[in-house]
Amino acid sequence: MSIIEKSKIDIVTAPQGIEGPGFFATRIDKVVGMARANSLWPLPFATSCCGIEFMATMASTYDLGRFGSERLSFSPRQADLLMVMGTIAKKMGPVLRQVYEQMAEPKWVLSMGACASSGGIFDTYSVLQGIDRIIPVDVYVPGCPPRPEQVLDGIMQIQKLVENESIRRRDTPEYKEMLAKYGME
Amino acid sequence: MDKEALLTAVQEKLKAQFGEGIISSELLYDYPVFTIKSDLICDVVRFLYNDDELAFQYLTTLAGIHYPDNKGQELGIMYQLHNLPKNLRIRIKIAVSINHPVVPTITPVFSAANWMERQEFDFFGIIFNGHPNLKRILNMDEMTYHPMRKEYPLEDGTREDKDDKMFGR
Repeated sequence: MSIIEKSKIDIVTAPQGIEGPGFFATRIDKVVGMARANSLWPLPFATSCCGIEFMATMASTYDLGRFGSERLSFSPRQADLLMVMGTIAKKMGPVLRQVYEQMAEPKWVLSMGACASSGGIFDTYSVLQGIDRIIPVDVYVPGCPPRPEQVLDGIMQIQKLVENESIRRRDTPEYKEMLAKYGME
Repeated sequence: MDKEALLTAVQEKLKAQFGEGIISSELLYDYPVFTIKSDLICDVVRFLYNDDELAFQYLTTLAGIHYPDNKGQELGIMYQLHNLPKNLRIRIKIAVSINHPVVPTITPVFSAANWMERQEFDFFGIIFNGHPNLKRILNMDEMTYHPMRKEYPLEDGTREDKDDKMFGR
């Protein structure tokens, strides 16, 4: 390793392990976690103005691609991260839940903005008062709408979660219990 | 044709055709408004549609109304009609009791009224007799009430973290 000149581009550091000539040994879950965290495929569920702010996050000034998430997945089947951005009307609730259920494990959810997190200013009969009433949420990003920097910070929080998660999270009793609370399997 | 002349012209034709069915006609905010008996609405709209001179052949909108203090006539509907060639506009109002909110549909005359009437059914619970598909259109199907009626609160009823005193509920 030391023979090759170090690139000036900052890349992800390898997890702790035993290194020797021609081999490197470490824990599989560390490698998988690292790979997952740096190649998240987000599914943008953008229903209103937070979606516009997300477009700025994706564009060149902020560039979510720097975090390995430039590939958006518009099919839930291939997505790792559900980003809910905007007001979710009660009528939209079952749709959102179905999208979440269609995502393959492992999956994470980021709730962007006041409306998705709590209903926001829309304390009204037609608006869902926070998406955590129908699907589990990993990271909440407050703001109305949040700045792209806040969204990036939220993504980095998700990356930390992803890195440190066990490979087969869905088998853990805590995870099963959490899903059961939402009436899912 | 100015507004006064339009008011008189429509008034005369309606009076001649429907007589006592026309309750009042007046110029409100520079707009001719006719209040009629609720069971006549479809006939009146059809008459105005087919009349060669008036030819109100475009339904701009229709909207529900709720005045809780107007006993016996709590609910109402307002129709805005438009004559496109001459650019004439009138407004028609009907009122019904909240205990029996049934009015005839105008979908035989205006197909566009289909979704509009569904919306007023959704929000006010007004039942349009003869409507081909009277079900909720904007709110979720599981909703058990008609939220634009004034006895129901605007706020979401399931929140427990908001103190009425602090949030002005």
